[in-house]
Amino acid sequence: MAENAPANALPASLLEAVGLTKRFGALVANDHVSLAIRAGETHALLGENGAGKSTLVKMMCGLLQPDSGELLYDGAPIVFPDPATSRARGVGVVFQHFALFDALTVVENVALGLAGHEPLATLAARIEDCVHRYGLSVEPYRRVGELSVGERQRVEIVRCLLGDPRVLILDEPTSVLTPDESESLFRTVDLLTGEGRAVLFISHKLDEVRRLCHRATVLRGGKFIAEVDPKTETASSLARLMVGAEVPRTPRTVTHQLGEPRLLVNKLNVAGDGSRGSALHDINLEIRAGEIVGIAGVAGNGQTTLFEALSGEKPVADQEAIIIDKVAAGGLGPTERRALKAGFVPEERLGHAAAPDMRLSDNVLLTTHGDGAIVRLGIIHRSALLARFQEIVRRFDVRFGGKDPKARRLSGGNLQKFVIGREVLREPVLIVVDQPTWGVDAAAAAFIRTTLREKAAEGCAVLVISQDLDELLEFTDRIAVMSEGRLTAPVPVAETSREAIGLAMGGAETGGAQTGGAHASGEGAHAA
Amino acid sequence: MLDAAILGAVLASIVAAATTLLLASLGELVAERAGTLNLGVEGMMIVGAAVGYATAYGTGSLLLGTLAAILAGMAISLVFAGLAIWLATNQVASGLATTILGLGVAGLIGAPFVGTRLDGAPALKVPGLTDLPVIGQMLFGQDAFVYASLALLAAVTYGLARTRIGLVLRAVGESHAAAHALGHPVRRIRTLAVMFGGACAGLAGAHLSLAYTPFWASDMTAGRGWIALALVVFSAWKPLWLLAGAYLFGAVSILQLHVQGFGLGIPSQLLSALPYLATIAALVAISALKRGQGAPASLGVPFVPDR
Repeated sequence: MAENAPANALPASLLEAVGLTKRFGALVANDHVSLAIRAGETHALLGENGAGKSTLVKMMCGLLQPDSGELLYDGAPIVFPDPATSRARGVGVVFQHFALFDALTVVENVALGLAGHEPLATLAARIEDCVHRYGLSVEPYRRVGELSVGERQRVEIVRCLLGDPRVLILDEPTSVLTPDESESLFRTVDLLTGEGRAVLFISHKLDEVRRLCHRATVLRGGKFIAEVDPKTETASSLARLMVGAEVPRTPRTVTHQLGEPRLLVNKLNVAGDGSRGSALHDINLEIRAGEIVGIAGVAGNGQTTLFEALSGEKPVADQEAIIIDKVAAGGLGPTERRALKAGFVPEERLGHAAAPDMRLSDNVLLTTHGDGAIVRLGIIHRSALLARFQEIVRRFDVRFGGKDPKARRLSGGNLQKFVIGREVLREPVLIVVDQPTWGVDAAAAAFIRTTLREKAAEGCAVLVISQDLDELLEFTDRIAVMSEGRLTAPVPVAETSREAIGLAMGGAETGGAQTGGAHASGEGAHAA
Repeated sequence: MLDAAILGAVLASIVAAATTLLLASLGELVAERAGTLNLGVEGMMIVGAAVGYATAYGTGSLLLGTLAAILAGMAISLVFAGLAIWLATNQVASGLATTILGLGVAGLIGAPFVGTRLDGAPALKVPGLTDLPVIGQMLFGQDAFVYASLALLAAVTYGLARTRIGLVLRAVGESHAAAHALGHPVRRIRTLAVMFGGACAGLAGAHLSLAYTPFWASDMTAGRGWIALALVVFSAWKPLWLLAGAYLFGAVSILQLHVQGFGLGIPSQLLSALPYLATIAALVAISALKRGQGAPASLGVPFVPDR
């Protein structure tokens, strides 16, 4: 672990924000926010989505200019007119949405972030060097489009490090990583702070922050709330600071009255299509009424293909491979599957679950047009549509400005509540959700999990695909792991562990712990 | 049947016919690799042809005419750049408007010159080599535009693949948001790329009115700007495929003239359409083979920087 930052002999602040304020129209995104990062420390920036973390970071690296307040660098006031300047002065940022170019190679991507005109060959050598020094694994001549999310993040980090930054800002770095990848990132961070660099670590995963960070600044609603020592706080005290109220844990109603199988997947095979979708090999799964099954795994191991096969976006040749509520549905399209009372919530909210430039009420139609209640004989019944829209908004506490805004105007959490509510109110017998709480704030995430839990209790079968292992462990009944297009047999949550799942996620041979668990648990894992 | 002299002349005219397209499409390729879809090629080209002809006619200098054509093409391209890049308007609409504007401006400039003629750009001969049978005239008896187009092709190919400015340009076309986040001046780079496209289109126009058909007619580009645009798309944004497409178009358009001369009883309109059909067929085949590759990811998407 890192050496502790000296608590009393305070080193001078390296980069300091003093009273930064930023307004976007009527919204005050940052209201007199202050934050000081010292050399050699890992400083956490904590806050819910919409708390103003991103705005603050963008001002600290010159991507946005503050309306008032100032930045101090080495104690002297400084203005970063653009990110190139801040980078040249030694402030590197790895954003949550990577600034990478899929069509270019790793070296080319790195070269674009550096100022000089260095030949690519010598740059590649420097990359190798940096990779070894900080335990990052990256191959210089691969195309970024072929890399996993974790590898892309390492490319971003390498790009920053080659600029020899004194301050490294990591924006939600672990939200896309496996537990193993996170661990190796933490080791890298410790190496960096050990060299006297400062790291600003933005996160809402409290356990990580408590383990890794020396100090934490908490934002809420665009305002500075507190600066605390995360090691002396508990996860729940930090959560209270972030949310401003107690965060309810999802109640695990242990009503194991499992009913009929609602979803049966039998030997599902899907060929990969090269660049994008990965292949699926021999997937078997059974989900019965009243249970929640989770699928863990690192992005890009076939989850997207599985979701598309289940939702009917990519129908499969074998009609019997997917059986929804006793009807063979392999070759059916999404609308026909919805007619079997199945509901699907894809990962990407804007552009897949919702049309960004359509009003919310019209977005209701996207999944309800075949239900007969709202569209009859091809004619949209506007009043029925609006009634459904208002019901979703009311019951799922969807908040937005105006009466009926375009979908893209909503925050991530509110839009997610909307798309989940849209499916739940169709009274489905099966819900398949991909990344239910990705990028959603803690309160909304808890609400979404509770909602899915309640649906299960009412006799719905729920399948949750998520990269957030903590979430799956918190509210699902059984967990399966997806790795390289294969799915392990689901194991009851009580009989597995983070470590076993983490191993399987990394593609450890399936003869390991979790398969043993599946045999021990026996019932329910396989239909046949 | 064909003797060597005729064959040599045919090959040479194929190269000449292809050069206009190669010049115009190279410029558009650079603009599109930077993420801007400029449908104003036809307009920029015809303004280049008109201004080039008027200047050369007035001054008697083909060189001044060519330079004027390049500047005129760039000037028209700035109209597009101002709208589509700096005001973030829809690129398709802005490009179409640029073409319509260009056709009008060119008609106005060219009006006094209808019916006049110029001595076209001379062929640059290499003693000895030009007189080689069959290929001599094609390789060593062309005007300066032909050699300029090939030099430009080499420069663009190398520049895009091997230089830093080429890398930055491709990056801007791939993801303007990421390029902006890294501190690259997206709009300035795109403006320069569009201006390069305008310069190339102006040069293509000059080739048309000062070398290929050295007179002025108000519709003398005859849709070549649109063919150049199609070449860029079907070549999957690769300069070398552009060369193949342009020369194929040139070959078929010359050969169909000779076929018409034989009087085979095929309607001449059908034969005149042949170069377009052949180019499209060949390039559709190419792009089908390389499906989904090459298109810059941000092509045609207006960029609005963060507040």
